[in-house]
Amino acid sequence: MIDLLIPGIMVLVSCISLWKKQDVYSALIKGGENGLRIVFTIIPSLIMLLSAVHMLRSSGAIDEFAGFLYPVFDFLGIPPETAPLMIIRPISGSAALAVGADLMQTYGVNSQIGRTAAIMLGSTETTFYTIAVYFGAAKIEKSRYAIPAALIADFTGFFMASVTTKLFF
Amino acid sequence: MIMSYLWTGMVVVSLLVSLLNGTGANLSSAILEGASSAITLGLSIAGPLCLWSGLAVVMENSGISSFLARVMSPVLQRLFPRSYADSKAANLISANVSANLLGLGNAATPLGIAATRRMKELSSTSYANDELCLLIVMNTASIQLIPTTVAAVRSSLGAASPFDILPAVWLTSLCSVGAGIMAAKILRRFFPHD
Repeated sequence: MIDLLIPGIMVLVSCISLWKKQDVYSALIKGGENGLRIVFTIIPSLIMLLSAVHMLRSSGAIDEFAGFLYPVFDFLGIPPETAPLMIIRPISGSAALAVGADLMQTYGVNSQIGRTAAIMLGSTETTFYTIAVYFGAAKIEKSRYAIPAALIADFTGFFMASVTTKLFF
Repeated sequence: MIMSYLWTGMVVVSLLVSLLNGTGANLSSAILEGASSAITLGLSIAGPLCLWSGLAVVMENSGISSFLARVMSPVLQRLFPRSYADSKAANLISANVSANLLGLGNAATPLGIAATRRMKELSSTSYANDELCLLIVMNTASIQLIPTTVAAVRSSLGAASPFDILPAVWLTSLCSVGAGIMAAKILRRFFPHD
């Protein structure tokens, strides 16, 4: 079923659009150009961050950090190897992508850790960046409880990512 | 600025730990390996990312997001009763939420900002009122139905079915959005501004 989702969306979306007499192909190309622009902006940060992440991993710092956090994470059932991802996820989207991709590569895409990392990435957002953009644009001075509530949502996402990995795989 | 501290912290810690552990010999090759793996990763996710960005524009043009917005509005009306009294705010909120669900990042952010501005106008205060906080929480908790970037990374690393994580992502997202909404509803009692 899930394998037919993406082809299904492609067929459905282009048929509806064509039926409404829209120029589907030009829209695809226009969007593709936007996508390429996004790729160009994230590649430099991926280079800088993956160099630093590989440096951290090779030095053994990541393993020591994970070992240090092991008791707490083991109690919660979250793989301690995903700790760096959880720290960076609310701050930077491309850094989280770099750390998450590194986890998937190091431990395997279909490993427990690799899947947990992927689900964490897919079900959370760059919280601090989003809050800064929205409140900055609307000139809101006091965010009140928006940040703690958003971080509770993020943490629930991280915790549930490890639960659902065990549940589904 | 925070990324500057984080990056510098990462390289400083790496060097110190490798000096302590005596793992310095592999350090420079690991750095170069990281740099070139970034290009491999960036280029291999470029294709899927462009394809999906193209489909996103088609979705916007075809009116699928406005259809989804109409479907969503009874639920959203319950969450944002005050803003839904204003038709402009109501339209912006439902358009923002449906663009987020479809993963139309380019469309979701301007709509969300417009919604925030309109809600602030309606409340005529400089702080974030309860419904504004709720909208922010819903935007920071990802509600994207198809996380294409992650799927692209999985496929570039050789996953046979990169989308098999979807049900788990949906359940996780549902829980985190639910937790965010609940946290906002509980926390508002301790911030009696509204």
